[in-house]
Amino acid sequence: MAIDLDRCTGCEACVAACHAENNIAISTPEQAAEGRTTHWIRVDRYYEGAFPDVKVKYMPVLCQQCDEAPCEPVCPTYATYHNPEGLNVQVYNRCVGTFYCANNCPYTVRYFNWFDPVWPAPLQLQHNPDVAVRIAGVMEKCTFCIQRIRRGKDEAETAGQPVADGDIQPACVQSCPAEAMVFGDLNDPESKVSRMAESSRATRLLEDLGTKPKVFYLERGR
Amino acid sequence: MFATQKQPELLPYGKIREDLFRPLSGLTRKYFAAILIPLLIILFGAYAWTVQLRFGMGVTGLQRPVFWGFYIVDFVFWIGISHAGTLISAILRLTDAGWRKPITRAAEAITLFALMIGGMFPIIHLGRAWYFYWLIPYPNMRLLWPNFRSPLLWDLTAIVTYMTGSAIYLYLPLIPDMAQLAQHNVPWRRKLYRALSLGWTGSDTEWHALERAMKLMAGIILAVAISVHTVVAWDFAMAIAPMWHSTIFGPYFVVGAIFSGLAGLMIVMACIRKFMGLEQYLTRHHFDNLAKLLLLMSILWLYFTLAEHLTVWYGNDPSEMAVFGARTRTRFAFLFWGMVAVNFVIPFVLLGIRKLRSITTGVIASFGILLGMFLERYIIVVPTLSNTRLPAATSTFYSPTWVELAITAATFAGMVFLYLLFSKLFPIIAVWEFKPHPHEDEI
Repeated sequence: MAIDLDRCTGCEACVAACHAENNIAISTPEQAAEGRTTHWIRVDRYYEGAFPDVKVKYMPVLCQQCDEAPCEPVCPTYATYHNPEGLNVQVYNRCVGTFYCANNCPYTVRYFNWFDPVWPAPLQLQHNPDVAVRIAGVMEKCTFCIQRIRRGKDEAETAGQPVADGDIQPACVQSCPAEAMVFGDLNDPESKVSRMAESSRATRLLEDLGTKPKVFYLERGR
Repeated sequence: MFATQKQPELLPYGKIREDLFRPLSGLTRKYFAAILIPLLIILFGAYAWTVQLRFGMGVTGLQRPVFWGFYIVDFVFWIGISHAGTLISAILRLTDAGWRKPITRAAEAITLFALMIGGMFPIIHLGRAWYFYWLIPYPNMRLLWPNFRSPLLWDLTAIVTYMTGSAIYLYLPLIPDMAQLAQHNVPWRRKLYRALSLGWTGSDTEWHALERAMKLMAGIILAVAISVHTVVAWDFAMAIAPMWHSTIFGPYFVVGAIFSGLAGLMIVMACIRKFMGLEQYLTRHHFDNLAKLLLLMSILWLYFTLAEHLTVWYGNDPSEMAVFGARTRTRFAFLFWGMVAVNFVIPFVLLGIRKLRSITTGVIASFGILLGMFLERYIIVVPTLSNTRLPAATSTFYSPTWVELAITAATFAGMVFLYLLFSKLFPIIAVWEFKPHPHEDEI
């Protein structure tokens, strides 16, 4: 995935889309005040300068799907592990909730189910049947919309064609009005995401930790 | 009188035996009151845990990004306390130091009980505690072994080993005493002690075997004890979180553990001496030696704390400095400098100046040290987690709720409860150790 920070307006459409797609619980204002919100993708805000001359910079942060993910080795039950496609996946049924993965994630993108999830009516009627609802006591995080990746691959296989660049879009990418986010195959040098990753503006979050994240951020132009 | 005050070994053996077996019999109203209060606190803690199991971890004060809080602090604290028994008893047994005799059993009992309490916390802390056995390696229907790369698995292995070892280590020296107790006693106790003493007759061969076993266990338990707290430290040090990822954590935690364990032992010994009337056995001499050890550990602790913080401060890494600043200058500064005061300044004055050193000041300093070591673990766990690497995710929300406080209170009550129970069933001082020639005497 690549995210062009120059294009991001901080509208949080990606956050809303992610909630709808992945059956993420809606927090109450009280829970939010306790720091208990769950957003698999969140828009971090950084402020520059002093009032009235303030600049706000937005940065959508989701699971970076690290190749050397610090969350993986510390899980005692293999609830989080590297799948053959290179995704960092979370198996909810294996998770016993030691919290270790979340502590070891330098991006703080892992979210815990403090209680059983609730949705204010009528949102409980719009659950995505392709995504499991998580119970209290397990960790969860962005999956790169693995259900959409699966469906895209299945459909391509049925049609007897390879997956075309741009065919598979996670909910956040699909809903971004500024088209700041691009999803594709980094192994394919011709894909749009590969070209963006080659850009001189491309950088990765906390790269010096050696986590090898798979999300590329394109810095703002000067 | 002064000589016997200094060396309980010089008392006649018959008197020693009578003095030390006496507290076992007779249940007073005072004893019932003393055991009822901790029991009620434990029950309330158990109720708090059921609330947590029923509704979820949300009833604690934990939140993103502070996923570890009071429970982990309790865990490290109690595993730390468990190091009292081992150090005192194993080192002193291996070096054959005479003054250890009245102390060893009291210390070994602390070890086992503290481990039982501390060992609960990895389970209490789980989001789905009822699946804790998924961490245990055994052939299972999920066809999945636990992940041995996870420090939590090392932790589980180390603690189970340590608990088994210290149970054996407590049990071995109890055998000759239980054989004695089985001789003249009320029927149910006679049955209990006879079963537990495994048919001990006190023959030469048995004494030799026992002594060899104890020496061997002392050696093993020493190595295991050091490894256990090192592994506990690695739970933090293996993570790449700022100010956790430190090579010094292993020895730093071991020193802190022994430090808090000695403080706990000092308090327990003062209580035994006072409430069980054993002034002749636990003398100023023993407290004086313990106080000196405590002083040594206090200085070592300061050294490690200084080494840890100075290198971080000098290195000036931004994400580490955020934690460093939170610890020493802003939100946690009060706790941090309070910790330095009760862990170093107060013990150094009270125990370092010979005129001030007494049993009372020793106990005061020990209570301070227990508080200080609890704070130390809190200061290690919480500031690191609340100051994340991405500044936007930083949070200042965490504070414990009544559930966490109730369960924490229950651990202390649990220690008192187990100790009261133990001291009613077994002599808290090893009687046979005072025997002039155990090899020649029949029991």
